Amino acid sequence: MADAVRGSQTRYWILLIIGATITPLFLAGIVILYLFYDAHQERATTHLEELVEKHKQNIDGFLDARLTDIRMLASSFSFEQLRQEDFLQQRMLDLQRVHEPVFVDLGVIDESGTQVAYAGPFLLEHADYSDASWFQNAMQREYFISDVFPGLRGFPHFIVAVRSTWKGKPWILRATIDLVAFNDLVEDLRDSQTGSAFILNRTGEFQIAPPPDLMPSSKFVEELLHPDAGDRREIRVMQRRDQKGRRNIYLTTKLKEGSWLLVYQQEVSEAFAEFYNARNVTVLTIALAGLASVAVAFLLARKMVSSIADAEQRTQMISQQMVETGKLASVGELAAGIAHEINNPVAIMVEEAGWIGDILEDDDWATSENLQEFQRALQQIKTQGTRCKQITHKLLSFARKTDERTQEVDARALVEEIVAVSAQRAKYNNVEMSTVFEPDLPMIRASLSELQQVLLNLINNAVDAMLQTGGTLEIAVRSLGDDLWIHVKDSGPGIPEANLERIFDPFFTTKPVGKGTGLGLSICYGIVTRMGGEIDAISEIGSGTEFRIRLPLHREGVEDDGEETAAAGRGGEA
Amino acid sequence: MEGDPIKLLLVDDERAFVDVLCNRFKRKGLSVSKAYSGTEAIRTVREQDFDVCVLDLKMEDMDGIEVLKIFKKMLPSMAVIMLTGHGSERAARAGIEEGAYDYLTKPCGFEELLAKIQEAVAEKGPDA
Repeated sequence: MADAVRGSQTRYWILLIIGATITPLFLAGIVILYLFYDAHQERATTHLEELVEKHKQNIDGFLDARLTDIRMLASSFSFEQLRQEDFLQQRMLDLQRVHEPVFVDLGVIDESGTQVAYAGPFLLEHADYSDASWFQNAMQREYFISDVFPGLRGFPHFIVAVRSTWKGKPWILRATIDLVAFNDLVEDLRDSQTGSAFILNRTGEFQIAPPPDLMPSSKFVEELLHPDAGDRREIRVMQRRDQKGRRNIYLTTKLKEGSWLLVYQQEVSEAFAEFYNARNVTVLTIALAGLASVAVAFLLARKMVSSIADAEQRTQMISQQMVETGKLASVGELAAGIAHEINNPVAIMVEEAGWIGDILEDDDWATSENLQEFQRALQQIKTQGTRCKQITHKLLSFARKTDERTQEVDARALVEEIVAVSAQRAKYNNVEMSTVFEPDLPMIRASLSELQQVLLNLINNAVDAMLQTGGTLEIAVRSLGDDLWIHVKDSGPGIPEANLERIFDPFFTTKPVGKGTGLGLSICYGIVTRMGGEIDAISEIGSGTEFRIRLPLHREGVEDDGEETAAAGRGGEA
Repeated sequence: MEGDPIKLLLVDDERAFVDVLCNRFKRKGLSVSKAYSGTEAIRTVREQDFDVCVLDLKMEDMDGIEVLKIFKKMLPSMAVIMLTGHGSERAARAGIEEGAYDYLTKPCGFEELLAKIQEAVAEKGPDA
């Protein structure tokens, strides 16, 4: 039952400790992760924004530079000059020398849309561009950069065109930009494993296509092209799941004065890798700390519950001791009262019997035929009177009327003296006595006669227990800390468990009627307890009993009475 | 006991005890007087000398120690054997300091008391 209570108490404390440690840990973890996520997301996004911004500038700068090249060419030379294929070829070579392999070809187109001169790898002389949308666009403004289109040559490319006027008529100088070279610019953006970039025009056609497996859905392309009204940011950021379920971050920015849209996409897990690493480390740390606190909770709870149980047990023992002591005290008072009252009448009865005995010695009685019977009866009265006297003596000892004065006692000498006193009786009963002394035993401050009484009692009991069988009796004395320990261990039949609890009770005895008063161990108990010590017994049926006495070496409030005990020695207690 | 019998005074307020002891000591050849109280004992000692006195320390009219002190002034040569209740050794030791010969614990037997009396007389010597 006690174990069940202990178990539930342990569980309660474990839960309490775990709750008290893990809850704040958990909350702190969540807050830290949240704050860290915020800060890191901002940082990572800013980094990507800067990356995209830089590329926007690169791409726009590239387009501007190419446009400037062509404009320079158109303004530096006349239509007449440029329409000569040789001259144009020379300019083409000049351009390629500077910007190798960016420019693919050059062409001069008159107002009707006919290419009047061409320098390049394709056979496009006299090609008619009057229906081409880029031509129509180019004729309407000073310069024009087209979207990517396959055109007459069948390869995707785009055109930079500049309009000039010669003799009142407009003409156009155009150059084709190598898409591979342009592509490289965009590809530069793919600086990571999952990052990629592509370019859309206004109608959602890919100018630079993403890798096939990252192709966005047409619905998402729509969303990219037409952001929420009111979103005026230079670079827009959004997160979406792609068709494969991966969560991506998308950054978009306008190119070419708003006619193209640069889109950069990267998997969130990579873009925020640093955060995810940190998150994993944090979660792991919290988990480990949690585990540690669970372990601590288990240990702590068990220890706590066991020390609580110990304390309870001690309290119980102390209260039991107090009951015992109280019982002894009241029994003692009663016993002392009775003993005092009975002492004198018994003494008188014994003396009167003695007187009768004296008288019977007279001659006139000496011949009586009943003399022997008289004498036997008188002897019986004396014997029983003596027995009464012994009982009252013990009762009075029990009532603390022994010599309580303390002095420095040499435990070794004391034990040796008592053993010597008991040796005869032990030998007679085949009991082999032995002693074990720790060397250099300290002196103990105690009442000599009380200690004698305790030891004598225990030794007599032990010998009594081995009357029929004989056996061994060992008395060991040692010091431990501030205590002196005396062990009296016999090899007798042992004390049944039911009796073991009662051996210190007054008047409890297992000896035959008339052989024991049941006060011996009570008196020992009283003496040892008064000295601030403890006495207990452990016993095993069939192997023997051991009495253990703990006596404090130093006691507060106990002082020497200052008297010699020699005088008392002359008295004696019969 | 070749010469004069030992002159003994028994002092105790337990009359029956004094009476029976008196009879038994007389039978042993001692010259015995009885006193049933402290005052009676002092009166008796004033009238007569004794070798030994057996004095109960606890009597109703007087404290035995006080009686002892008076005896020691009146008749220093008289050996006083005190009878104490069990556990009153402290009082007995106080008595010894006051000049008592020794003490016995009540209830003590006749033989024990007789031995102690003879011991006291022998120690005092025949001259005293």
